[in-house]
Amino acid sequence: MRDAFVRVLTELAPKHPELMLLTGDLGFGVLDNFSAQFPRQFLNVGVAEQNMSGLAAGLALEGHSVFTYSIGNFPTLRCLEQIRNDICYHGANVTIVCVGGGMSYGPVGMSHHATEDLAILRPLPAMEVFAPGDLWEASEASRYLASRPHGPAYLRLDKSAAKPTVRPGEVFRPGSIRTVREGSDVTLAATGGILGEALLAADQLAEHGVRCRVLSVHTVKPLDTATLSIAAAETQGIVSIEEHAVDGGLGGAIAEALMEAGISPGFFVRIGLRNTFSSVVGSQAYLRTVYSLDAASIVRTVSLKLGIAEEAISR
Amino acid sequence: MIRPTTVDSVALARRIRAHALRMTNAGGGSHIGAIFSCADILAVLYGGILRVDHEAPRHRDRDRFVLSKGHAGGGLYAALAERGFFPVDKLLTHYQNGSDLSGHVSHKLPGVEVSTGALGHGLSIADGIAYSGKLKGARHRVFCLLSDGECDEGSTWEAVLFASQHRLSNLVAIVDYNRIQGIAPISEVLELEPFADKWTSFGWAVREVDGHDHAALRSALAAVPFIQGKPSCLIARTTKGKGVSFMENSVLWHYRVPRGEEFNAALAELEGQQ
Repeated sequence: MRDAFVRVLTELAPKHPELMLLTGDLGFGVLDNFSAQFPRQFLNVGVAEQNMSGLAAGLALEGHSVFTYSIGNFPTLRCLEQIRNDICYHGANVTIVCVGGGMSYGPVGMSHHATEDLAILRPLPAMEVFAPGDLWEASEASRYLASRPHGPAYLRLDKSAAKPTVRPGEVFRPGSIRTVREGSDVTLAATGGILGEALLAADQLAEHGVRCRVLSVHTVKPLDTATLSIAAAETQGIVSIEEHAVDGGLGGAIAEALMEAGISPGFFVRIGLRNTFSSVVGSQAYLRTVYSLDAASIVRTVSLKLGIAEEAISR
Repeated sequence: MIRPTTVDSVALARRIRAHALRMTNAGGGSHIGAIFSCADILAVLYGGILRVDHEAPRHRDRDRFVLSKGHAGGGLYAALAERGFFPVDKLLTHYQNGSDLSGHVSHKLPGVEVSTGALGHGLSIADGIAYSGKLKGARHRVFCLLSDGECDEGSTWEAVLFASQHRLSNLVAIVDYNRIQGIAPISEVLELEPFADKWTSFGWAVREVDGHDHAALRSALAAVPFIQGKPSCLIARTTKGKGVSFMENSVLWHYRVPRGEEFNAALAELEGQQ
């Protein structure tokens, strides 16, 4: 997803001279091409994320369209107050890019895992929040953010990505949930690269006659309540799936939106991290199994809700 | 290019202090000691240094002023109102329900570039504005007024490093160096000395000045950049609460609201200085 983002930015930089990419001294080998081609539009600000964010606000106030780039929690939690006061309060045209959403950085450890970012950035006024599920969504979200003036935004890029879900001629609509698989039994609503696990789970459940509707919630804010409401009405229940704490992220957002709309799905389960740090060492795929976020865990959760015998599934 | 109009900065400083006193009295809050500390700096800036135009507050060529010590917002509001950016009678709405004049400075007011209040933010934003100006080859300058207390913030030093790395000679940091921070003297909290050496060693061109001496302030601020190719730092040695004897050098008057007899006595002192 990171490469897709950089590719789009490299493509758009000449057409949008106001576009600037700031990095907090990360992106070795990845940003070299961009910085060589567009030296006036690139800045390595050093390991100084607070300054990067305030600086981005200052640049945006002068008409630049700014991307701040770093990994994990560095461009977000480390400099949250600068994001809130300097970027959001001034409606500054700054997109904060996190490379390594969720547990993308696997064995590197919990310091590099972004597992509360959605919950923490979502309530900031004016902030739009994107967490693409596949490479097409990553490219298109990047293109949307880079090609027209907008306010503050957060782009959470995962190392993993679902297999391509785009249909021929499909147009990316920010703020709209994509129904990447039709189904009428259960809704699996996923955000980020873990969409891949949701699709795998849907495949496995299909073998047992369970037809899952799979939603890719690439935009967590603003949330497409209409599509969720329809899913609540048309399927037996909703499972939210995120590589993130269940509190305040996608699951929290869906619960808020549906409750406020007066809509109760038949059942509602949030799959995500539950009051835990990702302290186990391992790859992203391994950690998903450890923390019960992988396809098998999703299948188990759905089976339990639908009353399908465990042995039927595990066979 | 905008030409600054020059006014009697001493009289302007006196009016800033009197407004601030009335505003904090009426509103029941703010940081009077911190405003008095930098009233002379604001008066010199808005009395002829800053190239700003009250009739075109967003003019592309204006000098940008960032008040990083946002708690002195009352002082900046007073300076802007006195220079015609908005009506003077709006000042008394400061701190009042429904007002635009929040205690910490707000960009909703014409002439205010950015809202601040959390310390250690302003210089980074000023860096961004200055970097953009340099990229565009623009002629305007960026002035940023900091408190000494916010030099405790690591983010301030991140911004200091950036400005010298990128040779932001269009950037001027002014530190209101009154040596009293929120609840205690600097010497008891985090000593900043040798302060000028710190800025110098970080690559800035530094001058020190009596922050209440208008001629000295004017002469220094008219001479920026102090060294070509470097950002400029003016350390203004000031007295917290300057202008009212019982407020001077007092930690108490960082937050205290002048009421009753204190208010009358303070006003009498300020008026007596005419």
